[in-house]
Amino acid sequence: MTLGKVPWLAMSVLAICHLSVLLAGFFAPGSFEVQNRNLAFAPPTRIHFVDAQGRFHLRPFVYRWVLRPGSFAEYEENQQIGYPLHFFVPGAEYKVLGIFNSRQHLFGTGEETRIFLLGTDAYGRDLFSRLLYGGMISLFTGLLAATASALLGLVLGGLAGYYGHWVDEVTMRIAEIFLAMPWLYLLLAVRALLPLHVDPQATFFLLIGVLGVIGWARPARLVRGIVLTAKEREYVLAARSFGAPDLYLLRTHILPFASGAALNQMALYIPQYILAEVTLSFFGLGVSEPIPSWGNMLNDLQHYLIWGSYWWLFSPAIVLVAVLLAYYRLFSFFKVNSFTF
Amino acid sequence: MRFLLRRAMHTLLILVGASLVSFSLVNLAPGDFFDQMKVNPRISQGTLASLRSQYGLDRPLPVRYLQWVRSVINGQWGFSFAYNSPAGPILWSRSGKTLLLTGVATLLAWSLALPLGGWAGARPGSSIDWLTRGTVAVLLATPELVLALLLLLFAVRTGYFPAGGLTSSEYVPSGLWDQTKDVTRHVFLPSICLAAGLLPLLLTHIRTAVSEAFESPYIEAARGHGIPFRRLLLRHVLPLAANPLISLFGLSLGMMISSSLLIEAVFSWPGLGQLMLEAIQQRDFYLVVDTAVLSTAFLIVGNLIADVLLYASDPRIRTE
Repeated sequence: MTLGKVPWLAMSVLAICHLSVLLAGFFAPGSFEVQNRNLAFAPPTRIHFVDAQGRFHLRPFVYRWVLRPGSFAEYEENQQIGYPLHFFVPGAEYKVLGIFNSRQHLFGTGEETRIFLLGTDAYGRDLFSRLLYGGMISLFTGLLAATASALLGLVLGGLAGYYGHWVDEVTMRIAEIFLAMPWLYLLLAVRALLPLHVDPQATFFLLIGVLGVIGWARPARLVRGIVLTAKEREYVLAARSFGAPDLYLLRTHILPFASGAALNQMALYIPQYILAEVTLSFFGLGVSEPIPSWGNMLNDLQHYLIWGSYWWLFSPAIVLVAVLLAYYRLFSFFKVNSFTF
Repeated sequence: MRFLLRRAMHTLLILVGASLVSFSLVNLAPGDFFDQMKVNPRISQGTLASLRSQYGLDRPLPVRYLQWVRSVINGQWGFSFAYNSPAGPILWSRSGKTLLLTGVATLLAWSLALPLGGWAGARPGSSIDWLTRGTVAVLLATPELVLALLLLLFAVRTGYFPAGGLTSSEYVPSGLWDQTKDVTRHVFLPSICLAAGLLPLLLTHIRTAVSEAFESPYIEAARGHGIPFRRLLLRHVLPLAANPLISLFGLSLGMMISSSLLIEAVFSWPGLGQLMLEAIQQRDFYLVVDTAVLSTAFLIVGNLIADVLLYASDPRIRTE
């Protein structure tokens, strides 16, 4: 089988994004919630090789931002002391994958001086760290919710197609209703079912649940159609005549057929669900402060309309677009090659 | 006629289903509007209970659903606790604004996409075709949220356009012309945003429909007869390509209504979507249900219109 042009770039972008947000604590130089009220809207820290005296240093270093006297959020570098950058420095404690504690960071100055690769937000929190931690929520909500939708669709569509009659009727009528509602309104109606203020960890699973539930109809329909044809195949009929139980038939002979369609639909859902999480958090109905998500970071933009002069606040949008592009590219590659997984 | 009647019945059934789903979803929600009053020590439990029974919140779900259906038939659409009035009038003024926004955006999107996509489909490989494909690629990857924020930035920085709302705050009613001008200025950016969100879908489908129509044998024959290109395109290809495009029109209305919720929130456009967001925050659950059902109704009616158009344009459907 010829694969055509494999989208290596898209795949590596996605791999890097997912890996770095999964290990956000390690890649982020600081914490996502520590505020530096005297460093609100600080621009990205500049990384120097040449110091104020014109001497060249092999090891890059940074200066500390200090507020220009008598101004609001205008900063200049304090060029008295340079802080050299080190790899693998100990710093603020964090949890790796939510299990064990670590203090290792990929890079940093090893001191209280923080390095702001993408500047800071209105509370002086490091935007780069927030971007990484926020991606953990945004990207993995999309991924897991799409999986949930596809699985739900596979099971319900499979049952509807296999058992037919009233099971089919009921399932498909409900699916029709779900498909008939504008999906953003549907999403909000389902979200309205749940309490407004929940703790962040619960929110994460709640979002996955909500998104997973509202998207079941499309894959279910696809799967049902495939199961309807698959169950009439001769070897399925043969297996049935040998007395194979329903569950066995579904699992070994019928659902493998439909899983390709479900997976395809899942790939389509991932970018859509990432966007959905971003949208919900943007509305303040998803993850709430101080836990970052790309959605509530973008909401900050809207609040601080002055952000025109603070271009770095726009970084979540840029990363979001890059991730979406990569996903679309990957999906069209799969579609062109019509993978049957 | 039977066809249309059947479609209308189907529409009604779906609407009932959608209202059932959203009503039960929203009503299963823990807490209601009066929960916020619980923190106020001066309001006693007894008052809360009597308030709840006054508004019928203490009755079982099926009873409340039937009550709601009755009030929908009366045109009241339930009761808004936050506005302290029947929901109907609020809904009408809000949905009018949503329809205005989506209507303008639909017009904009189609009047851009039809010539561009049609030309790209007619002349694959031409510069217009490349332009179309480039536009599709860029717009597909730019979420409407990001686009809306960018346009908002543009509005704030340049001051050419207002940064949201329906009318200016310093607006004094002075004649129909001034009002139209003011609203036009306000509707411009959000509708561009909505149209841009729809363009990739429209462009790709129109392009495929037209280029597929061009490859059909009878177009080939017509070309062989020496019919000039323009007449070929307008008289022979477009009617052939019209069928999928009419269905696409119905679909596009649905997408438009869905994404207008987001755009309305960003541009603080006082439409249905914003109403729903407010209602969710305030646990004003009749309004949540109403907005969900009403948006579904718009979507379905859009599809119904597309069906009617299809029925009118394609004799093959009429004979079925």
